[in-house]
Amino acid sequence: MAFVNGLKCRECGREYPAEPLNVCDFCFGPLEVVYDYATISEVVSRDSIAKGPLSIWRYKDLLPTEADDPVDIMAGYTPLIKSKGLGKTLGLNNLYIKNDSVNPSFSFKDRVVSVAATKALEFGYDTIACASTGNLACSVAAHCARAGVRAVVFIPADLERGKIIGAAIYNPVLVAVDGTYDEVNRLCSELADDYPWAFVNINMRPYYAEGSKTLGYEVAEQLGWRVPDHVVVPSASGAMFTKIWKGFNELACLGLLEGVESSSFGVDQNTVHHPGVTTSMHMIQAEGCSPIVTAWANKQSQVIAVRPNSLAKSLAIGNPADGIYALKVIDRSGGSAYAVPESDIVSGIKLLAETEGIFTETAGGVTVSGLKHLAKSGAIKPDDLTVVYITGNGLKTQEAVEEVVHPLFIKPSIRSFEEAFDGAK
Amino acid sequence: MGKQRVKFTFVDDLVKQPVIFELGHKFKIVTNIRRAEVGGEVGWVILELDGEDEEIKRGLEWVGATGVRVDPLGGDVIDG
Repeated sequence: MAFVNGLKCRECGREYPAEPLNVCDFCFGPLEVVYDYATISEVVSRDSIAKGPLSIWRYKDLLPTEADDPVDIMAGYTPLIKSKGLGKTLGLNNLYIKNDSVNPSFSFKDRVVSVAATKALEFGYDTIACASTGNLACSVAAHCARAGVRAVVFIPADLERGKIIGAAIYNPVLVAVDGTYDEVNRLCSELADDYPWAFVNINMRPYYAEGSKTLGYEVAEQLGWRVPDHVVVPSASGAMFTKIWKGFNELACLGLLEGVESSSFGVDQNTVHHPGVTTSMHMIQAEGCSPIVTAWANKQSQVIAVRPNSLAKSLAIGNPADGIYALKVIDRSGGSAYAVPESDIVSGIKLLAETEGIFTETAGGVTVSGLKHLAKSGAIKPDDLTVVYITGNGLKTQEAVEEVVHPLFIKPSIRSFEEAFDGAK
Repeated sequence: MGKQRVKFTFVDDLVKQPVIFELGHKFKIVTNIRRAEVGGEVGWVILELDGEDEEIKRGLEWVGATGVRVDPLGGDVIDG
């Protein structure tokens, strides 16, 4: 069962029932899920989690759904890999890679969509929709196929081919909008008001965003119920970044972390910081769309929207909904924010591939280059326990790295091979 | 008649301009501010606009032409 008391405005604190709402009627602030942690603490334990499925639904008691029959394509429980080559290259002896690119639709979006789709069915919706620069479209289409409900996904017409095919294969109603980023954004906002659909990142957003907490839970569990010293996270809207932090703090408050005493969640569940969570949260964006990093660098309490112009389309959110909350997490955690030059995105993809055998998309290239910067600057010390989140698969953005293809063209003979092979040495 | 919730972002000299006042006078739109933060060089205002759909559309085009950024409420609805 869901241990949810309702929704609460993050700005004015007004409370609402757990319905398909995302904005406070009074101040138009965003709504967040409020949990009954007293009851959760009575039912959840490391053992109860260990007995769960090898997916995000092992943490069902900490998610805002009934979850008796979730829309589950086995998102989550992805590998946490102790780095060898990348860590050695960067001088980091205790580096782990959370490889979330191996989710069923090849990005971390399966976590949030699994929760949103489950909640949408609980609310009785028969159509699930989204506006996406790619990964979300793929995931919504896949989960709707699993659930047997209609998917309507809106994408910019100039999206990478791999992502269009990755969504279309599940047979959604795929709408390619020929317009600027702002025009697509505005259209989808108006459609969400007019159509009785579950828009995962609009009226389902309070529930949808909670799925990213599992990225925090899993890393802690896979590290033996410890939190890392540092996490390095790519950021678009800022939601995933804040939810990883929330996940760590929930585990701490519930007494599930090794050597950490449980504690109260205090007055505001969404801003709680347990002293046992000593993780520094490092946010990485691409320079072509880095509104949160800019606000952090300029010590601004507000995030000024920008027009995205980045190779990393999955991070290209110009007006990040959770930007100001992400700034607070950076501050509370003693973390940092860094914008990677666009010219370093592809080198980041190649570095991860060549040192670890993991092919990530452009967002991952941003993250790896950001990690490289943090290591080089000394923000992360060689023996610090560090986790870098790789959230999407490279097969989706192959266009970005076509330059790597230089095969040895030979005739079908030993001689031709040896000539070419010797020449390549 | 319709209602639309939007966010205006002002930067630099636009912070000092009475854009919302003028919006309510140039167009048949009732402006209802719900939340705002305005500093010396930058500010944002979240407000509800009440009026005919076409009038709101024209009004928002005028606001955009002044240089003020107009966004849907609550950030981008497009996600990664």
